[in-house]
Amino acid sequence: MVEAQAAEGAAQGGSRLPNPMHQFEIERIIPLKVFGFDASFTNSALFMVIAATLITIFTLYAMRSRALVPSRIQSVAELSYEFVANMVRDNVGTDGMKYFPFVFTLFMFVLALNLLGMVPYSFTVTSHIIVTFALAAFIFLSVTLIGFVKHGVKFLKFFVPEGVPFVMLPLLVVIEVISYLTRPLSLSVRLFANMMAGHTMLKVFGAFVVALGFLGGWAALGFMVAFTGLEILVAFLQAYVFAILTCIYLNDALHMHH
Amino acid sequence: MDPSAAKLIGAGLASIALVGAGVGIGTIFGNYLQGALRNPSAAPGQFANLLLGFALAEATGLFGLVVALIILFVF
Repeated sequence: MVEAQAAEGAAQGGSRLPNPMHQFEIERIIPLKVFGFDASFTNSALFMVIAATLITIFTLYAMRSRALVPSRIQSVAELSYEFVANMVRDNVGTDGMKYFPFVFTLFMFVLALNLLGMVPYSFTVTSHIIVTFALAAFIFLSVTLIGFVKHGVKFLKFFVPEGVPFVMLPLLVVIEVISYLTRPLSLSVRLFANMMAGHTMLKVFGAFVVALGFLGGWAALGFMVAFTGLEILVAFLQAYVFAILTCIYLNDALHMHH
Repeated sequence: MDPSAAKLIGAGLASIALVGAGVGIGTIFGNYLQGALRNPSAAPGQFANLLLGFALAEATGLFGLVVALIILFVF
C-alpha cells in the first residue's frame, strides 16, 4: 500500500528516471498449473534453458574433432576444463576429482547465467535469491551428506576445534555450528546481491546518462562502458567464487581440515 | 514521522554497511599489492586467495544492502 503510494508519488514528482527494479520482474510465458501450484514457464526458466543449451552446444561443438593440436574453440573448452580441474585439484585434492563433473557443471551454469544477464534487455536468473538459494541449499545438503557418509558420526568432530581449553568448548561449538549453518545463506546471498546490485547500479547510472541528454552524456557514457566491463568481470568472479567455495566445503567434508 | 519516511531513512542507514565492505576490499587489495611488490614471484600463487578474500569481504557489506532492500520492498 505504502509502496504503491510511494511509487505513484515518485512518478508524479516529475522524476523521469525509469524504475531500476523493473528488469527483475518475472513474467509468465506459458502459464501452467500443476496440482494447484504455479509451475508456469517464465522468462527465468527460459534463460536457464538457454544457458544449459548454450553450454551443451558449446562443449559438444568445441570438442567435436578432438584434434591433438586444438583449434581456437577447442582451446577455449580445454581451458575452461583445465581451469575447473585445477580448482578442484588444488582445493579438494585428487580424491575430490570424482566431484569434478558437478563443480564444472555448476561453474559453467552460473557463469552462463551471469554473462547472459549482461546482454541488454535479457534477464539475469542469478539476481533472484530463490534461484541461488536453491543451488546453495543443494550444495550444502549434499556436502553434509557426503561428510556423514564418509566419516559417519565422527563428522560431528568437525564442529569441535582442536587444542582449545575445555571450558571454552561449549561456546566455540555453538559458534562453529552457527557458522556452518549460515553457509548456504552466505553463499546464495553473495551471488544474488552482487548480481542484483550490479544490474540496479547499471540501470540507475544508465538513466543518468539518458537524463544528461545528447550533449552532456558522452563522458558519462564512457563511464558506463567501463562499469559494464566491471560488471562482466564481477559476473565471472562470482561464478568463480561460487565454484571455489563449493570446493572448499567439499574439502571440509572429505578431509575435515580446519 | 511519516512511516514511509522512516522506512526510507532505515534503508539508507542499512546501506551504511557497505562502508565496511569498502574498507575490507581496500585492505585486501592493498595488502596483496604490498606483498606482491615485495615478493613478485609468490604473487600469482596467492591470486585465488585474493579473489576469495575479496568475495568474502564484499559479501558482508552486501548483507547490509539486502537488509536495505528488504526494508524497502518487503515491509
